[in-house]
Amino acid sequence: MSIVVKNLTHIYMPNTPFESVAIKDINWTINDGEFWGLIGHTGSGKSTLIQHLNGLLKPTSGEIIIDGKNIHSKEVSLKTIRQKVGLVFQYPEHQLFEETVEQDVAFGPRNMGLPDEEISKRVKEALELVGLPYEQIKDKSPFELSGGQMRRVAIAGVLAMKPQILVLDEPTAGLDPRGRDEILQEIVDLKEKQNLTVILVSHSMEDIAKIVDKLAVMYKGEMVSQGNPREIFKDYQGLVEKGLGIPQVTELMIKLKGKGKNVSTDILTVEEARAEILKTLRRKGLA
Amino acid sequence: MTITAEITAKDVCYQYTNSSALALNNINLTIKPGEFVAIIGPNGSGKSTLAKLFNGIFLPTKGDIFVNGLNTKDKDKIWEIRQKAGMVFQNPDNQIVATIVEEDVAFGPENLGIPPKEIRQRIDEALRTVELTEFANKAPHLLSGGQKQRVAIAGILAMKPDCIILDEPTAMLDPVGRKEVISTVNKLNKQEGKTVVLITHFMQEAVCADRVLVMEKGRIVMEGKPREIFSQVEELKKHGLDVPQVTELAYLLSKENVPLPRDILTVDEMVDCLCQLL
Repeated sequence: MSIVVKNLTHIYMPNTPFESVAIKDINWTINDGEFWGLIGHTGSGKSTLIQHLNGLLKPTSGEIIIDGKNIHSKEVSLKTIRQKVGLVFQYPEHQLFEETVEQDVAFGPRNMGLPDEEISKRVKEALELVGLPYEQIKDKSPFELSGGQMRRVAIAGVLAMKPQILVLDEPTAGLDPRGRDEILQEIVDLKEKQNLTVILVSHSMEDIAKIVDKLAVMYKGEMVSQGNPREIFKDYQGLVEKGLGIPQVTELMIKLKGKGKNVSTDILTVEEARAEILKTLRRKGLA
Repeated sequence: MTITAEITAKDVCYQYTNSSALALNNINLTIKPGEFVAIIGPNGSGKSTLAKLFNGIFLPTKGDIFVNGLNTKDKDKIWEIRQKAGMVFQNPDNQIVATIVEEDVAFGPENLGIPPKEIRQRIDEALRTVELTEFANKAPHLLSGGQKQRVAIAGILAMKPDCIILDEPTAMLDPVGRKEVISTVNKLNKQEGKTVVLITHFMQEAVCADRVLVMEKGRIVMEGKPREIFSQVEELKKHGLDVPQVTELAYLLSKENVPLPRDILTVDEMVDCLCQLL
């Protein structure tokens, strides 16, 4: 399943004194099976953009085309689109509301009108996909869980609708380092197992660098670059000017290079930096 | 009388109603005037609960908290305590109350009954400190996340606290916003002499503190200078925590017998050390 965003503009409160252009002329193609990162300063329009992907917001102008069809055309049911494109909002645990974990995760599939048997199968699968033991957790109140667990229950609620595209808006904000790593790993595994297309919105350059294949950068409502994360993270100054940054290890390599050291700056993770520095030391016969 | 402790926690326990476990379990702690203390720890370890005890939002189930010598259980002193120890929270949008930046900053001192002329002075001073003077007449919703969080800090500064407690102030910010807020926090501590308690999940933010406390399951499990704490990479990972990327890199390289100190905390330190080797 692919999404094509074509000349998308969204203006909040048009024709009023409060009119503001949130996103402007966005063009973006997300192909089946891709893993995208979406970065941008606070207020750059990331959340506005992703709310268009499943029709929660209607474009002021432009189109969202899913599998060849404009999602706001008459022949397309938005209900189906919302099931296919699963959106996990920021702090999704704030949206938990049911008395038990099982009921909460079942809410989406139940609204899809699925038979009870299918619902319980999906709930079980979804909870296991996010690494929660079904039997132990199903009857608990979602509100007695830890922050990381609550967030997983919320993600499971979206997964239970079996989306083909999963959009996550800052899924690791406010989590401790272990929780952060666990959720990221689960997203990577999910993508593989379920053959999902994933879009991850994040302020953590380190996380983004670790896992995505493609990266889109928003700045003041426009999409200013798209491509390979390695290419994009080479432009340290440009990213800082846009309110962003690069992973600490990438910064380290760029600074070493700046001091005339013969190292590659094409480094995104601690592991890659370790290998590159060892290689350079060995070349000099030092390690 | 010279005050030797800004905040003291004595045998403090805290238990939430309806919970069988202790959120805080026998905490003893002294924070000195002018000190910068960072608190790290996994979700649910009691960091935010402790912060809320520091200015009397919660009262200890057992034990006592003293702020500048005043017990937070003393109902007559609670407003004085809250003026002395101000809090900044995670979400800037939840903390802004006015439609104009300077009115928002004025909210605290107005409630303290400060005369208007002095309020004016305090607003100007606070906005200068957080470097937002030119935004005084702007609407807060037009600011970036980092700027909004600095408005929230200015609002606290205008109450002239001795101590500022920040509970994950950068969790919702972009990288530049995060840097702005952390550099403001550093300035408050180093130049304005404020006592700072910073709770964070970003290890590189804890690096600039004088002292780091590691919490787990309601207890303080590690305590020391950032270099002492972050050089214990494996111990921290055991507690579900992390170290800055360059600290981890130095650790991994030294395991390969590369002669690097294990207590590297910043990119620039790492650049200096590696330049001598490469």
